[in-house]
Amino acid sequence: MTQPANSQVNILEVQDLRTEFRTIDGVVRAVDGVSFSLKAGETLGLVGESGCGKSVTALSILRLIDPRAGRIAGGSIRFEGRELVGLDEAAMRGIRGHHISMIFQEPMTSLNPVLTIGTQIAENAARHLGLGKKAARGRALEMLDLVRIADARRRLDEYPHQLSGGMRQRVMIAIALACNPKVLIADEPTTALDVTIQAQILELLAEIRQRLGTAIILITHDLGVVAETCDRVIVMYAGRMVEAAPVAELFRVPRHPYTRGLMRAIPRLDLDAEGEGRRPRLTEIGGLVPSLIRDIPGCAFAPRCALAGDRCRSERPPMLDVGEGHRAACFEWAHGFEGARRDAGQAEGVR
Amino acid sequence: MSQVTAITAADEIEAPGPGWASRLARAIRRNPTIVAGGVLLVLLIGLAVAAPWISGDPFKQTPVNRLRPPSEKFWFGTDRYGRDVFARTLHGARISLTVGFAVAAISSVLGLLLGLLCGYFRRIDAVLMRVMDGLMAIPSILLAIALITLTRPGLAIVIVAIVIPEVPRIVRVVRSVVLAIKTQPYIESAISGGTRTTKLLARHVLPNAMAPLIVQATYVCASAMLTEAGLSFLGAGVPLEIPSWGNIIAQSRDFFQIAPWAIFIPGAFLAVTVLAVNMLGDGLRDRLDPRLARRL
Amino acid sequence: MSTDALTKVPHPVPLAVRDLVKHFPVRSGLLQRQTGAVQAVDGVSFSIPRGTTLGLVGESGCGKSTVAKTVMKLLEPTSGVIILGGVDVTHLSPAAMWAHRRRIQTVFQDPYSSLNPRLTAGEIVGEPLANFAIATGSEQKDRVAALFKRVGLRPESTAKYVHEFSGGQRQRLGIAKALAVSPDVIVLDEPVSALDVSVQAQVLNLLIDLQDELGLTYLFISHDLAVVRHISHHVAVMYLGRIVEMTSKAQLFRGPRHPYTEALLAAAPVPDPARRRLQRVVLAGDVPSPAKPPSGCRFHTRCPLADAACKVTDPRLAEVALGHHAACLKRPAMAAV
Repeated sequence: MTQPANSQVNILEVQDLRTEFRTIDGVVRAVDGVSFSLKAGETLGLVGESGCGKSVTALSILRLIDPRAGRIAGGSIRFEGRELVGLDEAAMRGIRGHHISMIFQEPMTSLNPVLTIGTQIAENAARHLGLGKKAARGRALEMLDLVRIADARRRLDEYPHQLSGGMRQRVMIAIALACNPKVLIADEPTTALDVTIQAQILELLAEIRQRLGTAIILITHDLGVVAETCDRVIVMYAGRMVEAAPVAELFRVPRHPYTRGLMRAIPRLDLDAEGEGRRPRLTEIGGLVPSLIRDIPGCAFAPRCALAGDRCRSERPPMLDVGEGHRAACFEWAHGFEGARRDAGQAEGVR
Repeated sequence: MSQVTAITAADEIEAPGPGWASRLARAIRRNPTIVAGGVLLVLLIGLAVAAPWISGDPFKQTPVNRLRPPSEKFWFGTDRYGRDVFARTLHGARISLTVGFAVAAISSVLGLLLGLLCGYFRRIDAVLMRVMDGLMAIPSILLAIALITLTRPGLAIVIVAIVIPEVPRIVRVVRSVVLAIKTQPYIESAISGGTRTTKLLARHVLPNAMAPLIVQATYVCASAMLTEAGLSFLGAGVPLEIPSWGNIIAQSRDFFQIAPWAIFIPGAFLAVTVLAVNMLGDGLRDRLDPRLARRL
Repeated sequence: MSTDALTKVPHPVPLAVRDLVKHFPVRSGLLQRQTGAVQAVDGVSFSIPRGTTLGLVGESGCGKSTVAKTVMKLLEPTSGVIILGGVDVTHLSPAAMWAHRRRIQTVFQDPYSSLNPRLTAGEIVGEPLANFAIATGSEQKDRVAALFKRVGLRPESTAKYVHEFSGGQRQRLGIAKALAVSPDVIVLDEPVSALDVSVQAQVLNLLIDLQDELGLTYLFISHDLAVVRHISHHVAVMYLGRIVEMTSKAQLFRGPRHPYTEALLAAAPVPDPARRRLQRVVLAGDVPSPAKPPSGCRFHTRCPLADAACKVTDPRLAEVALGHHAACLKRPAMAAV
């Protein structure tokens, strides 16, 4: 479906996106200057801890920010050259679920419990592709086959509660793909699932991308999932981008102190770290994520960063080129580089 | 390292203030419904309390001034016996509010106790809930009529008659809340920590059941006032000589076309009072504990 | 804390469980007659030596949390034996169990719902002290302050309410409450799975420090293999109410013997793109319902090794190597090797 020629074309370009929420306590800058582009057929990971703005970024792209609570305060989102910020709701409905669709963490609450699976998939196809009832049902069947649901014909007439969690997520993916979207945004698609089911879903996503050339934005907190599925990764912290790099590069030489901290904080299944004696300590990142209500003049990570200097606290670091297609928002990235090298070396040595 | 971490961390959390009492205070600031309902209600209570001083004698009959429309002298006009409708309406507020609050308070206390028992002890539950179902099937109007024919009519009897069918409603609410609280991990956590049943109920279950109870109590209060008015109107309520809103309306219905004020004004007062209480209840429900309230 | 710890006689095996069974009746029909049972836990045995951690790992519905609740006697076991510090507590009434609750404490998964929102942090941590009359008045205050300090919370924050703490701090509170009565055993039911990665590291480090310092015995329940590997000494893998493999951590992760453990290890994503598997071994299908577990080996419906015998014969947990137990017909016991 995707020609190799257009694989270099950016189908989605996000520039300096800023999304704010009004709360009783003040304005929360949930997304603060996020820029990235997505090529056809590419999988881009958005990684970060809770509250880092990764999900709000996704909701902003789909313009699903509840206008009573928040708004896109600035920046641009261009889908195939068309500006989505400020686009009227009717036009947006034509894009949402058709050209860009989304799957969520909780498949049970995202499915309507009183409609059959078939109806829910067909509905989307009928609305956007203008299919008749019969054709839409055919499309639904085709989609269930695509997401590898066995005995698809029978499943069409079942209700969400009759399916397991993994199957529900497959149905969600089927609904999202029913209109052949160019971009699929997957917000923590496997977080609620067990590891063996997670593996099935991740494999399905990889297969879909290969077969249909759908570009995927994968939002997750799990570095393992990122490492296994993404081409490029954006690390977010406190609503800001802190690092962007091809996946191999990011894991080989993480440049931002936050990314490095995250990588050292997770217990590793693949590294044979335990000796016979004491269990090793994990590296902690001290402190807490700052409040997004207060204006942070410098680097948002500075209060928790061992490398932070005066400049980090007063001036916001831009995304600096730190390697091949690798950018990091850190003035001290070179400073911490040796440490990162050493870590990578250690990891290699043990293996 | 870990110590240092958490200590710096503790500073960053902003304190929104403790407990449900102060959350209530914050809620009020944020919720105009509560403020509007509360202000109206306070105003009405003020009028009711001040009635003997700011209005005349509600019983004084001045046949010369029968069925006078509202004027400077009689703000709300007069009724068929020439009694001051303003004085009678304000004094009526005392009856309505007394009945409303008394019923709400008594049925809340009873409902809370029974609801706690039902929600926490399964054996008691099976028996008690059937009794409650039975009580709920009794129409309060008929019960009141029966009680009043059996005894001397009076305010207390009216309150009892309304309380009996209201109690099961509270029990149901408290019970469902207690059932929900019972499965909360903090209950298991308390049991693991060696907390015994009595303390568990008093310290962990009860305080968490209060918010929905308060909300339900406001609804009971409103409905009790309506029921009282209805009973009085039917002549099964407080004795005729007491100027309750229901009695005022009932006594003026024959003269509706000549003196509509004697019906409309107490009627409007009743409506506004019930509205105020319900607004307060709705506001509290949205604010105190939206998660639990949605289940009701 | 220290005086209590000294007066108690430490038992070499503070917690042991034999053939633990917990079935939840399934009722249906008008008369609510029992028509079946969810076999949440079906014959689980383990013992945890003093000062060590047994990691209990498995997917949702495997019964690991039911094991935790039954061991805590928050649920009545259907059958089996629970031995707490050498005392059989299986059939103790709630009142008789009360005295034994001092020996075993628990930290729950969800730091948001496992602490009473209407109490201050100090009241929550002080409650067990009051319950067991360990300390009252100003002595209790001092104890609580010491506990706060020990778990890395500011002693001044005792007056705060739970919602004023972050997720990681709440979990520290939960740990402080569990420590209050100086227990021998702490049951940790997914204590870090609701936390962000960086906070998770802080809590895991704290748990390890406390164990090393106080000689605590942990039953650590988690779905996360990497976390279990980090904190455990021994690991038991559960599937559909049964332990399918149990051994030392090193043996389990170097050479798993049960196909389910192998599949779990293969499925867990590894944060290293260089080791991205080209062809991942993906376990097909879903976990069957514990109300209708498959015949024979419970794993046979998803097992790549299963054959006809597996559908009929229910394999027992047997020693497949020294100190390494697995329940698989395809991985014969030691005697046969």
